[in-house]
Amino acid sequence: MSQRCIELEILRYDPEQDDSPHFQVYAVPYHDDWVVLDAINYVKEELDPTVSYRWSCHMAVCGSCGMVVDGEPVLACHKFLRDCSNRIRIEPLQNFPVERDLVVVMDDFMDKLGSVKPYVIPKEEKDIEDGEYLQTPAELSSFKQYTACINCLLCYSACPQYALNSSFVGPAALALAHRYNLDTRDVGRSARADVVASNSGIWECSFVGACSEVCPKAVDPAAAIQQTKIASTVDYFLDFLTPWKRT
Amino acid sequence: MLTIDTDVAIVGAGGAGLRAAIAVAESDPSLKIALISKVYPMRSHTVAAEGGAAGVIKDNDSFDEHFHDTVAGGDWLCDQDAVDLFIREAPRELTQVEHWGCPWSRDPDGHVSVRPFGGMKVERTWFAADKSGFHLLHTLFQTSLKHPSITRFDEFFSTDLVVVDGRCHGVAAIEMRSGQVHFFRAKSVIIATGGAGRVFPFTTNGAIKTGDGMAMAFRAGVPLKDMEFVQYHPTGLPGTGILITEGSRGEGGILVNKDGYRYLQDYDLGPPDPWPRKKAMELGPRDRLSQAFWHEQKKGRTISGDNGDVVHLDLRHLGEKKIDERLPMVRELSMSYVGIDPVHDAIPVRPVVHYTMGGIDTDIDSATAVDGLFAAGECACVSINGANRLGSNSLTELLVFGKRAGLGAAEFARRRTDSVIEQQVDLMAELSRERVLDLIRRNDGEERVAGLRKEMNSAMEAGAGIYRSEESLQSCVDTMMQIRERYKNVVLNDRSNVFNTDLFEALELGAMIDVALAMACSALQRRESRGSHQRLDFPERDDTTFLKHTLAQYAAMDVPAVDYRDVTITRLQPAERVYGGAVE
Amino acid sequence: MTRRPYKAEFPALSWWLRQPRYIRYMLREMSALFLGIYVLVLIAGLYCLSLGKPVYEQFLTVAEGPVGLTFAVITMFFAVYHTYTWFKVTPKAMPLTLRGQRLPGAVIIAAHWLIFALLSAAVWLLVSS
Repeated sequence: MSQRCIELEILRYDPEQDDSPHFQVYAVPYHDDWVVLDAINYVKEELDPTVSYRWSCHMAVCGSCGMVVDGEPVLACHKFLRDCSNRIRIEPLQNFPVERDLVVVMDDFMDKLGSVKPYVIPKEEKDIEDGEYLQTPAELSSFKQYTACINCLLCYSACPQYALNSSFVGPAALALAHRYNLDTRDVGRSARADVVASNSGIWECSFVGACSEVCPKAVDPAAAIQQTKIASTVDYFLDFLTPWKRT
Repeated sequence: MLTIDTDVAIVGAGGAGLRAAIAVAESDPSLKIALISKVYPMRSHTVAAEGGAAGVIKDNDSFDEHFHDTVAGGDWLCDQDAVDLFIREAPRELTQVEHWGCPWSRDPDGHVSVRPFGGMKVERTWFAADKSGFHLLHTLFQTSLKHPSITRFDEFFSTDLVVVDGRCHGVAAIEMRSGQVHFFRAKSVIIATGGAGRVFPFTTNGAIKTGDGMAMAFRAGVPLKDMEFVQYHPTGLPGTGILITEGSRGEGGILVNKDGYRYLQDYDLGPPDPWPRKKAMELGPRDRLSQAFWHEQKKGRTISGDNGDVVHLDLRHLGEKKIDERLPMVRELSMSYVGIDPVHDAIPVRPVVHYTMGGIDTDIDSATAVDGLFAAGECACVSINGANRLGSNSLTELLVFGKRAGLGAAEFARRRTDSVIEQQVDLMAELSRERVLDLIRRNDGEERVAGLRKEMNSAMEAGAGIYRSEESLQSCVDTMMQIRERYKNVVLNDRSNVFNTDLFEALELGAMIDVALAMACSALQRRESRGSHQRLDFPERDDTTFLKHTLAQYAAMDVPAVDYRDVTITRLQPAERVYGGAVE
Repeated sequence: MTRRPYKAEFPALSWWLRQPRYIRYMLREMSALFLGIYVLVLIAGLYCLSLGKPVYEQFLTVAEGPVGLTFAVITMFFAVYHTYTWFKVTPKAMPLTLRGQRLPGAVIIAAHWLIFALLSAAVWLLVSS
């Protein structure tokens, strides 16, 4: 039985050799249970060791292997060959500078992640001896989905606002801010507001919704941002009407 | 050569590295911390852990029980003073991360929930659905962002420790995006680089688990302890090796062979009912479950599949609601990667390499024999896990010993007054850089990274698998020595300075070969069976000769030298490991 | 330094033609244009009404002519599309819980359509009477 072959069209870019990126085509054997990452690993191991890309867990939890496959941002370890065409175009994530081949520069995202103060700002410090904060299953449910972000950056790749305006804080960072804002142990919403509720924050979002469509973990950052818009507007009016009770 | 001066350098930004960094920052905000990792912190393999972290908090539990379970689970190779400290610190550390926001699953009254886990008599495993490692890692990473004294060096590939006269002076690392070698001159260094599962071909471990830090410490003169003890997780998906958490058995899942028979009852883990029952059947310790698979396979009672033999993990009786609430990731992984919905069908599973019990020899304070060098997490061996780790002790270990390493390194950095012998140190750093450049520049050589790596994997699988023998291990050692020699002829295809993954994989291969050699030699010399190290030619446990830790010492031109150190026994004398019906 | 990160060009005018989801988004946004013009038309109609019956009759002739009707139909399409997309995202912006359980999005959307239908029926009755 002859082995069926498919083609991978991979974007290559080595700044030491190339003026600009170009595509290189490789023939790869087709396996029904292979994902795109398996095919790229085959290329690196058998055909061309110079292809550079990020990957680790192969189970869609580390977020390393985000790339654009046939125009759609996906996790390479989660996209099966059986759901692709016979000639698969593989490019790095959009809206980030390309360092090398499929590796993008993520610095901007890391800065933005830090800028939203993504940690618990408690009302009062609690001693370890006093045990855990109490949190009912219902309270946990209220923010649980927003904890699922693996920082894979597919949402930034899909977001046209981030493409048009690189100062936009972006879906994942804003969803993470929302996660902490909703956590019953946290009272930091106002501390996050100057970044989150700024013109580069939630108000840059025009609810395209592409981020939520491509998110592999169903975090739904678009929903997080719209909910934050409502909460922020309410805060604004409350601060206006009752300035003595700063939120 | 770019030099960066810092007080504490931490290599590895997973659970242990991050916890150590936070500990240093909290204990003394004036100390400069360089947190160096070859991947962004969120990619560290802590992220893949699923089941949970053990710590005594419920009224029906006690420190004594956790102690007993851990020591017995480790087949008495655990240092009991370390275990005592570990279990006592555990609840505090788990509460600390809860304060930092870790979304532990809850009981209706708002307290943290616990679930049963393998080898534990009382349930004490804190869990965050079935993504405990993910939540723990992200909580620690996000909390670390609070501390301005932590400077991260993301995607810096550490290559060598600089050790002069038994004292550590820092670490050399390649900035991956530019290829520039940097020297981090530090007063103290913590290694938290994780385990080395990628030495084997079938593993739950991600690509990055290549034992880099273990090899660095090994080459710098620190012994690697108990390297022969490699844990096979009983339930990994065939082909990819993706982990299916022990939590699925904690919630009541069962393992059956091709006759639909719960075969574990044939291996001193029964009787099968009542179920679930702690420390029995599918909640036995991991080494015993993996070994049972091996026996079933020999008897021809496993199910053959496209990716080798498997058994079936049946969760159907749990019902959709429970699966979605407690094991949503298991359902997702199973559907995505093997096309099975556990609500309706059994999941095909097999044992895969999962955890390295052995590692960098440290004492109870995470300190190594080299002054100013500390290690914590899977890369280290204190030892609290002994010959076999109990599930959910590892995540807790990251926190307890990560913190201790941080405090120890901070203290050492503060106290350090010696004047650095600049020339010697710089020379060593320069040598490290030359080593890297040599590899890039080499033109004459027949070997390629991928090919040699596959051969190394095959040799380990054949020679040092679940069951070993004198013959298989000697052959493995011989092959590995040849592979080490051939490694000197590895030539790269990629000569770029910019994110050269060919280079990084070559360096990782070098580390794996050193680690594999330590594993094989240690296994060869341990002529007994204990925990996860099983010898067909020496099937019994031999406490008279081998109630000791194996210490492998690096030799550049020879096999590692193997020596022994007594295990610290304080209050639990070695006894028979009993699981199944005989337990209350 | 041998690094030279490459920044791909982003076509500011035609980016939305690349994928169906972006085209749908732009259609949604474009509806504002048509609805805005329609509001102006209505205001013009009111103004004509205030100037007396003959002027108003002229307005109606134009409004009910071929151009006017085409515009009205197109605007109707956009109005319904806008309503459809707006209702679809309402559960995301306002998640509701009833007795501890998250209310399914479909229920919220259905409730919106029901109220919309009732109000539309009321307006139709008012206009046709």
